Amino acid sequence: MADFDLGTGRDDVQLRFREDEQASIAAVTVDSFLDQTDAEAVRIEPGDDARDLLPHLARLRLVEVNFPSYTDGRGYSAARLLREHGYTGELRAVGDVLVDQLRYMRRCGFDAFAPERPLDEADAAAALERYDHVYQAAADEAVPIWNLRHG
Amino acid sequence: MYKYDHYDQAMVDARVEEFRDQARRRLEGKLTEDQFKPLRLQNGLYLQLHAYMLRVAIPYGTLSSMQMHALADIADKYDRGYGHFTTRQNIQYNWIKLEDAADILADLAKVEMHAIQTSGNCIRNISSDQYAGAAADEVVDPRPYAELLRQWSTFHPEFAYLPRKFKIAVIASEKDRAAMRLHDIGINIVKNDAGELGASFYVGGGMGRTPMIAPLIRDFVPLNQMVTYAEACLRVYNRHGRRDNKYKARIKILVHEMGAEEYARQVEEEFAHLLDQGVEPPFAELERIRSFFQPPEFGTGLTEKADRSDPDFALWIDRNCSPHKAPGYVSAAISLKPVGGIPGDATAAQMHLMAELAKGYSFDECRVTHAQNIILPHVEIGRLHELWTKLDEAGLGTANLDNIGDIIACPGLDYCSLANARSIPVSQKISERFASNGKGELLGELKLKISGCINACGHHHAGHIGILGVDRKGTENYQLLLGGSEAEDVSLAKITGPGFNEDGIVDAIETVADLYLERREDGERFLDTYRRLGMDPFKEALYG
Repeated sequence: MADFDLGTGRDDVQLRFREDEQASIAAVTVDSFLDQTDAEAVRIEPGDDARDLLPHLARLRLVEVNFPSYTDGRGYSAARLLREHGYTGELRAVGDVLVDQLRYMRRCGFDAFAPERPLDEADAAAALERYDHVYQAAADEAVPIWNLRHG
Repeated sequence: MYKYDHYDQAMVDARVEEFRDQARRRLEGKLTEDQFKPLRLQNGLYLQLHAYMLRVAIPYGTLSSMQMHALADIADKYDRGYGHFTTRQNIQYNWIKLEDAADILADLAKVEMHAIQTSGNCIRNISSDQYAGAAADEVVDPRPYAELLRQWSTFHPEFAYLPRKFKIAVIASEKDRAAMRLHDIGINIVKNDAGELGASFYVGGGMGRTPMIAPLIRDFVPLNQMVTYAEACLRVYNRHGRRDNKYKARIKILVHEMGAEEYARQVEEEFAHLLDQGVEPPFAELERIRSFFQPPEFGTGLTEKADRSDPDFALWIDRNCSPHKAPGYVSAAISLKPVGGIPGDATAAQMHLMAELAKGYSFDECRVTHAQNIILPHVEIGRLHELWTKLDEAGLGTANLDNIGDIIACPGLDYCSLANARSIPVSQKISERFASNGKGELLGELKLKISGCINACGHHHAGHIGILGVDRKGTENYQLLLGGSEAEDVSLAKITGPGFNEDGIVDAIETVADLYLERREDGERFLDTYRRLGMDPFKEALYG
């Protein structure tokens, strides 16, 4: 299949934690992305290997990571890998994105959310603010407790 | 013992409020049962046959007397006056109401406890050697490393939705008392030739439907890279573990299908990358944690001999006490396997008593073992008789550690919705049979383990004798296995042949036990005789 809009546009993004203008470009599949030299947006499915994108991070402006089911946690590793390798563009979680997974997703580097079903915004805000601290390092700026302990 | 600081306390307190909020949203219909399920599981709440079960984490099996008292109070207040200690060194309450769950978590948080990640497809509570800090044979106390991993794995954002559950054990001795190589990751803290401490990583062990002994993936990870290496192991699993079939989703299948060498290669690659990502804790944190596990102030000049004039007491010492690193002390086991009892169950009154005895006789500390007993780790030999007398009066003085009466059994069809057969009544019958015929003591070390279905929660693959309950055309049938071990001589048991009915399995066990008594050579345990003779003579005796 060639590149086509998979259905997520700017209107579908419910939560966004970036200052820059939201990219309104269509994301293509990983295979399709790798086949062309000018695509700027890609969509990762759980079975895709995010490492295939590493040589091309510089031209990427939007990466969507699809969660067909919230219980499939591969997208968390994909997101963190991309951030660890220097991707700074928009990282958008799409699909079965729920309130109680938002915080872990933020910690793994997601900065935009386009849930299939809109989230209750008060619940989402509460879930994101629930914990003051974290135990371990991830792809966010949070300083782990063990670093705070030893200044 | 490890003590929470304000950070640890804030984490468990926030968790209680988070769960309260999730339960509220479930009741308001904002969360479907499917959406709520992993959330409650990661808070230890599991739906059984008759009610919710709550599994409380007991990190590396260590409890203070205050915590044991609190567990007893929960049994009284929210359950039916008892609790069940598990093969993962945790405690389960079998009769919990969903609407009480948040309050129980709040009670736990007051004594620095929780139920975080005790179920669900995440990194579970870390288990360890029940004699940690006491065993004469240990290299170091393994618990600081387990505590470091507890913190690392708690609310780990990348590994909360793994293909399947993930269990880690940490030991630090050549003797394996934690079934280390039957874990998803088994870590042995070792000393290298230069005298430095490091971690040997065994990855891909497990029981369940497809039992596997974990291969060694790396023999020595320096302590200041241990968390990073664990992170690499988990990431390879999270990315590549199978998700198409629940029964093939554990890491053991990945390691097996990929090959241990290829898995290790991928971990090394990920590890090399992660070393630059700053995931390792500062080494000072390990030192801070270690400071909580300093040995207590042992007395000196204590007697090293107990008065053995009471034969029942002498037997209890021989069976239930283990050598201690400090002269004049032993570790004493409280058997939760009274003859005909339910393995691992303790009443609230017994828990209160064990808490008091831990305070009075063992520097305020006790341990849960994977064999579902309780250890008082540091007891003066000179005070053992006094201790034993108090235990015996409360029905806690059974002298059968690692004997045929010390059975590991899963909850089975009496509680569990997955089970095909009952485990508890079978274990009761076996325990009664070998107590009444007097052979139990004669047989010496003989580890018997019973599972009520192929998921193997009762560790039947690792029993010197294992029993697997199956459903055969609508009736309970019990398969017999021989030759397993969860210890340093780890092996997987083999099925003898056709299964037996409930009474038949008890007879069958007596048959194999008799054969052992007849054929054993000097000093051999049942397992040694089986290994020397092989399966054939046992089959012959069973099936003729």
